[in-house]
Amino acid sequence: MINVPDSQIKAWKRFKKNRLALISLLFLVAITGFAVFAPLVTQYSYEEQNISQKLESPSTRHWMGTDTLGRDLYSRIVYGARMSLAVGIFTALFALVLGTLTGAVAGYLGGWVDHLLMRVVDVFYIFPSLLLAILLMLLLGRGVTGIILALGMTAWVTQARLVRGQVLQAKEMAYVEAARALGVSGFSIVFKHILPNLWGPIIVSLTMQIPSNIMSESFLSFIGLGIQPPYSSWGTLANEGFRAMRSFPHLIIYPGAILFFTMLAFSYLGDGLRDVLDPQGGGTIF
Amino acid sequence: MISYTVRRLAISVPVLLLLAALTFFLLRLAPGGPFDSDRAWPPEIQANIAAKYELDRPVYVQFAHWIRDVAHGDLRESFQYLGRPVTMIVAESLPTSIYLGFLALVFSMAVGIPLGAVAASKQNTWVDHTAMFFAISGISLPSYLIASLLILVFALWLGWLPPALWDEPGSWILPVVTLGWRPMAMLARFTRTSMLEVFRMDYIRTAYSKGLSGRAVVFKHALKNSLIPVVTLLGPIAANLVTGSFLVEMVFQIPGMGKHFVQAVINRDYPLVMGVTLVYGTILILSNLIVDLLYAWIDPRIRLND
Repeated sequence: MINVPDSQIKAWKRFKKNRLALISLLFLVAITGFAVFAPLVTQYSYEEQNISQKLESPSTRHWMGTDTLGRDLYSRIVYGARMSLAVGIFTALFALVLGTLTGAVAGYLGGWVDHLLMRVVDVFYIFPSLLLAILLMLLLGRGVTGIILALGMTAWVTQARLVRGQVLQAKEMAYVEAARALGVSGFSIVFKHILPNLWGPIIVSLTMQIPSNIMSESFLSFIGLGIQPPYSSWGTLANEGFRAMRSFPHLIIYPGAILFFTMLAFSYLGDGLRDVLDPQGGGTIF
Repeated sequence: MISYTVRRLAISVPVLLLLAALTFFLLRLAPGGPFDSDRAWPPEIQANIAAKYELDRPVYVQFAHWIRDVAHGDLRESFQYLGRPVTMIVAESLPTSIYLGFLALVFSMAVGIPLGAVAASKQNTWVDHTAMFFAISGISLPSYLIASLLILVFALWLGWLPPALWDEPGSWILPVVTLGWRPMAMLARFTRTSMLEVFRMDYIRTAYSKGLSGRAVVFKHALKNSLIPVVTLLGPIAANLVTGSFLVEMVFQIPGMGKHFVQAVINRDYPLVMGVTLVYGTILILSNLIVDLLYAWIDPRIRLND
């Protein structure tokens, strides 16, 4: 049997009481399912053009209609979910790893290491993040990897500051002192004792990071610096929809609605998780 | 406070320098140059252009020379608009951007703060839930979708407002609301949280026990004190207004600086990108300084020393 700590069972029980958060979680699981199994839940591919069926309104054949090149909008939204979610999740993970490592090392070692690392963090902090992301995109190219790295490089500093603060607090706790007294190495103290105790705030910050990355990606794609056609993400779909919106509003309404509900779900899920996992962490606004 | 201000201003010079250096080197490292075209030019012409704009010198030399020119107040000429100095482009477009940002800030405060206050005073009623749904949706909707919805409804379907451009006041409404929407939502949420905390304070109980009406307590006693932490939000809001303006100016075809920035980045118009980045950096640093000073001024318990 898997040994689940008591506190996690309690947290789950409290979380289940928050209906809105639970519905949000289910919705996000469903969206992720669609994204992962995209070829199974769509009839058409995201790049299959059919000029004779272009700009169709929603019908039984294309239930969300087709775009300017006759591509099935529903398929493009499902494949777009793949792209948007992948960018959101991988960017958050990238930021999580880099930020946690930097924050933990800075917080635990202190002294000049802390000072140096925090000055680096400060530099990234003062740089307006989207400005930096736009410039990094130029350097890294407008592909998926480019976006993930560019956004990750701007997102990790928040995580680093968070973890550093938490590690500084934890350093003074009795369990860390006890571990040190027992001769446990600094490395083990940080990775085996302190960080596992911080999983709550870390998960909360992850649920706040993912939607903000999805937003940033869609922003970059919308202004033409992100994902390039024929690939689709929710941002590129909104961009294409915006141009044709005068006569074909469905092209912006469907991708917009999906993005909106996903963001909303992340918001409610994040609030719900924060209430049970990180009660002291005040209102975070992503 | 004066020595604090002077110190902060002194620190901002190396910060700006760092910002400029990072932008400069990132731009030069990026593939593609400002004078790339589909048709390859003869090598002599390419060499001439590179020599004229010093593009054949090492990057650090180019940067040093650029800094020297900036110190003399010269941001050089744009590559894209040949013969037009960047200072002139900035001088022409910055006022529009500042005006747009200012109106958006006013809108966000005028709507967001009362919305948060009302939600807090009616905690857990339908008023609160509606107001907070409104606020969360503002944070969940990217600005281009807000813009699309507003244009779709008010310009294309109802025909009440123009869908783009920036001339008579009627055309200001949609861009201002788009840009101010997210800050409005942030302010509403933050005001609500902060107000709920203040409601638990002793002096609020005292005000009630003196027999003051609910409205007087909420707006005269609670709101004033709950706005103190809200001031800290103005920093992130300033950053939001700056990056938001890139998109809003693009979507609504507003001749502001944000529109130039994205275009200049795409066209590799080095001098224009550098000039605009420098102006944005200055604006953000100054607005953060003003926020900190304002915070210390409003709440005398806060001491500025760092």
